[in-house]
Amino acid sequence: MIVMENVSKTYPNGVVAINNINVEIEQGEFVYVVGTSGAGKSTFIKLIYREEKPTSGKVIVNGVDVAKLRNSKVPLFRRNIGVVFQDFKLLPSLTVFENVAFALEVIEESPKVIKDRVMEVLELVNLKHKARMLPSELSGGEQQRVSIARSIVNSPSIVIADEPTGNLDPETSWEIVNIFEEINKKGTTVVMATHNKEIVNTNKHRVIAIDGGTIVRDEQRGEYGYED
Amino acid sequence: MVMKIRTIGRHARESVKSIWRNGWMTIASVGAVTATLLVLGVFYVLLMNLNQVATSIEEDVSIKVLVDSTATKEQQKTLEKELKSMPEIRSVVYSSKDNELNELVESFGEQGEVLKLYEQENPLNDAFIVKAADPQATSKVAKKIEKLDYVHHVNYGQSDVDKLFNIINIGRNIGIVLILILLLAAIFLISNTIKITIAARRKEIEIMRLVGATNGFIRWPFFMEGLWLGLLGSIIPISLITFVYKKVYDYLAPKLEGNFIQILEFTPFIYEVIILLLVGGCLIGIWGSMMSIQRYLKV
Repeated sequence: MIVMENVSKTYPNGVVAINNINVEIEQGEFVYVVGTSGAGKSTFIKLIYREEKPTSGKVIVNGVDVAKLRNSKVPLFRRNIGVVFQDFKLLPSLTVFENVAFALEVIEESPKVIKDRVMEVLELVNLKHKARMLPSELSGGEQQRVSIARSIVNSPSIVIADEPTGNLDPETSWEIVNIFEEINKKGTTVVMATHNKEIVNTNKHRVIAIDGGTIVRDEQRGEYGYED
Repeated sequence: MVMKIRTIGRHARESVKSIWRNGWMTIASVGAVTATLLVLGVFYVLLMNLNQVATSIEEDVSIKVLVDSTATKEQQKTLEKELKSMPEIRSVVYSSKDNELNELVESFGEQGEVLKLYEQENPLNDAFIVKAADPQATSKVAKKIEKLDYVHHVNYGQSDVDKLFNIINIGRNIGIVLILILLLAAIFLISNTIKITIAARRKEIEIMRLVGATNGFIRWPFFMEGLWLGLLGSIIPISLITFVYKKVYDYLAPKLEGNFIQILEFTPFIYEVIILLLVGGCLIGIWGSMMSIQRYLKV
């Protein structure tokens, strides 16, 4: 569960990215965050996994007040949140298997558990047969599936995606969104910032529209609502 | 948090892999460590030997106190007591005028035979050979002794000794300053080299942070990598300095035999050098990699 109370974020250079936001996202929800570039979507996302701290107000994720979270506790906090990016952020020198296993090695899981669990998620994203390939040998969509596999491999309660389909063609984008739907059906909260109008309007979920740092619209089974 | 053995194994594997993967950067870093240690090692060897020479010269510096030839036995005893009671003086050895003459004759070798004629009527004075507790204070002590009763003359090679001490001290100081400058230059070189490697690995660190790796976990492979770089960098300096010092020692030691200037013994000294270079290499390597990773970690 994610709660934001009167949250504002001003960057050191004076840019007000988020201005007094109040929002509550329940466990197991699927939420689209929409808005034009520079509206504050990315900051909104970053506040959830504590890449940024709020300047004022409270951000509570899984019962943790992230503003009060000490830097040394951030790693433990992150282990319960999966993050997916537009540019995949895979390590080019590691195989698909190693890239996904990375997230478990970091939390010092046993090799046996790592192997089973990695194979399980690779099966979920339908990449088991490419486990030994390098990211450079995969298509963009496949790389994004590896990155999703990595984000869910330690069974986080929340998965956050910042424009996960931004670099992908429409057909591949649908594959990716369907995987997020699968993940969400298992009870994981999914928060996805996106520009993809077709997806938002077809797979109907809650839509939070951000403009100028504030929430201008928040509706269940909403529409994309922009003409861009 | 106690680290599991498996995790240490993982860090070790990762660090070794990364040494290979970084290729040219590894070679550059190892080169920087090698150059530093080589210079450090050579200077250390020179400095320690200079120090050894300085110490033996210092220990050899003595004051010859010539006793007034008119002084009686009792007066001589009084003077000896006075000398021995001075806290600045470490040792007082009596040398009779006959003994003095013998030494003089010997020092002239064959030509000294002529001097033996003086044995009948020795014109020399009885003397006390005095060593100062602090050899560098020799001239001060000599001046003090000069004022005592029954002292005919004080002899310590006056200005020569002072000059020698000046040269030794300047040499030591220059050596120490040079080593410090070189060390700083090397650390700068290494941290820059490693910074470039790490900039290339920012993504890796970013992802580690993203998936919940603790800073300690992120640091370990880099720590070990720095260690390997330092160890690799110490191989050439250690072998080269050991080899060259052995050669120099074998050549010089027999020539210096019996001389009060000595080159440091090969065996205990070379171990000291090897340990210094190993420890130095590891510290430089680890320091360099820790410095450069620090800014990518939000602590």
